[in-house]
Amino acid sequence: MGVLIDKFDVFAGGFWLTLQICVLAAIGALILGAIVAVLRISPVPPLRAVGTGYVNVFRNMPLTVVMFFAAFGLPALGSNADFLRIPVIDSLFTRLGTDLPYFRFALIALVLYTAAFVCEALRSGVNAVPAGQAEAARSLGLTFGQNLRYVVLPQSWKASIVPLGSVIIAMIKNSALAGFFGVVGDLSATADQLTGAEGYAFIPVAIGISIGYLIMTVPLGALLDRIEKRQAVAR
Amino acid sequence: MTTGEPLIVLDAVNKYFGPLHVLDDVSLSVGRGEVVVVIGPSGSGKSTLCRAINRLEPINSGTITFDGQPLPAEGKDLARLRSEVGMVFQSFNLFAHKTILENVTLGPIKVRKEKPAAARERGLALLDRVGIANQADKFPAQLSGGQQQRAAIARALAMQPKAMLFDEPTSALDPEMVGEVLDVMTSLAREGMTMVVVTHEMGFARHAANRVIFMADGQLVEDAPPAEFFANPRSERARDFLSKILTH
Ligand SMILES: Nc1ncnc2c1ncn2[C@@H]1O[C@H](COP(=O)(O)OP(=O)(O)OP(=O)(O)O)[C@@H](O)[C@H]1O
Ligand SMILES: [Mg+2]
Repeated sequence: MGVLIDKFDVFAGGFWLTLQICVLAAIGALILGAIVAVLRISPVPPLRAVGTGYVNVFRNMPLTVVMFFAAFGLPALGSNADFLRIPVIDSLFTRLGTDLPYFRFALIALVLYTAAFVCEALRSGVNAVPAGQAEAARSLGLTFGQNLRYVVLPQSWKASIVPLGSVIIAMIKNSALAGFFGVVGDLSATADQLTGAEGYAFIPVAIGISIGYLIMTVPLGALLDRIEKRQAVAR
Repeated sequence: MTTGEPLIVLDAVNKYFGPLHVLDDVSLSVGRGEVVVVIGPSGSGKSTLCRAINRLEPINSGTITFDGQPLPAEGKDLARLRSEVGMVFQSFNLFAHKTILENVTLGPIKVRKEKPAAARERGLALLDRVGIANQADKFPAQLSGGQQQRAAIARALAMQPKAMLFDEPTSALDPEMVGEVLDVMTSLAREGMTMVVVTHEMGFARHAANRVIFMADGQLVEDAPPAEFFANPRSERARDFLSKILTH
């Protein structure tokens, strides 16, 4: 188990990079997922079709394949995803701005994939609001946007929060794939580096990696349990 | 009572739910200030008729005109039309996360862009009018059914609608609360509000309606003044229906 102490800095570095991917991907997926959810419940059929199509594609495709498209498809199209080199943000999350594009590619794949699940979590919350609420709002002359903003969303977010949390936990675990698509030094790539190149025993390394992921996911899960209990009491 | 061109006109309206023909060639016109009560057996299409008038339910063919304009298909124009047609639901549908007063002022503030202070003042006056001014700051779940339905009527009236649609407004109420809601509706009718009311309250139909419409299987079977309809229903189906609801 000496590796955990000897190579603590490597584990910590991997943890930090994975955390960065997850924070950025969570923000991106929440924004994109919210947009897709609005499309999916919009009263305009073509917009609804776009939203539904998006969910059907990304919810039903293995993340590995999405990663594959991002890591090999985007370069083939001549893109290095440089639009993600966002000033200020890239000084906080330094990998966004590097010349090696794989961090950005992995981020794109994770956002696209997770957004489909975010959309469905938000939509399940909206569906939990009785249809009569939106109907009453429409009958007063509120537009679709006003209806969402003043009537539906204030009542639906509570029902969305627990499923959303599960989506984010799944996303943190899914981020482990990034290490296999060229992202050097995230938590899962750390395992490869330590057991392969540096010859450490597999099990202690795997334990170290697991601890890294659990530090991110277990508190989130505990938080969700508490929210769920509070909601059950309120009901 | 009726003056000028009619306010609501349905012409050869058809509506299907899949294979089910829910509105079968329905034509109807409602004059300004007229109170039309719609009755008929369960599943005959009364709610659908009511909801078609503000396009909560789109129709498959035919035309519906409100105040001289055909119903807009979607978007801002439809929202404007809906703001001019008040609707009261069987299950009240008050906004559960807002107080009674906020329920009443949401439309005026967001749709009509009224100043919040002015909207509140008028909202309170309306709540007073329906007899629940003292409940203004409570949430819907804290009110009785009758109080909730009166709040829902006040919410619709706050938009100063040209017509009011009621879909079985008293059917979800305990019997002792039916009267307080019908009283509010009767006074509205007296003041000249144009109303389409789906109801099983035959007393209201007799006393407040100008016309009674009887529907069966999506068709408009009879259309007559209440005295005539109740004394002398022409169709077999109406006679049958009346005998069922009036004998006990
Ligand atoms: N959204 C829907 N999808 C499919 N069928 C529907 C829908 N809404 C109503 N129907 C059917 O259409 C028919 C007419 O319904 P409607 O609600 O207009 O009847 P109603 O006269 O109001 O009946 P009730 O007295 O029970 O309220 C019924 O057979 C009903 O089952
Ligand atoms: Mg009905």
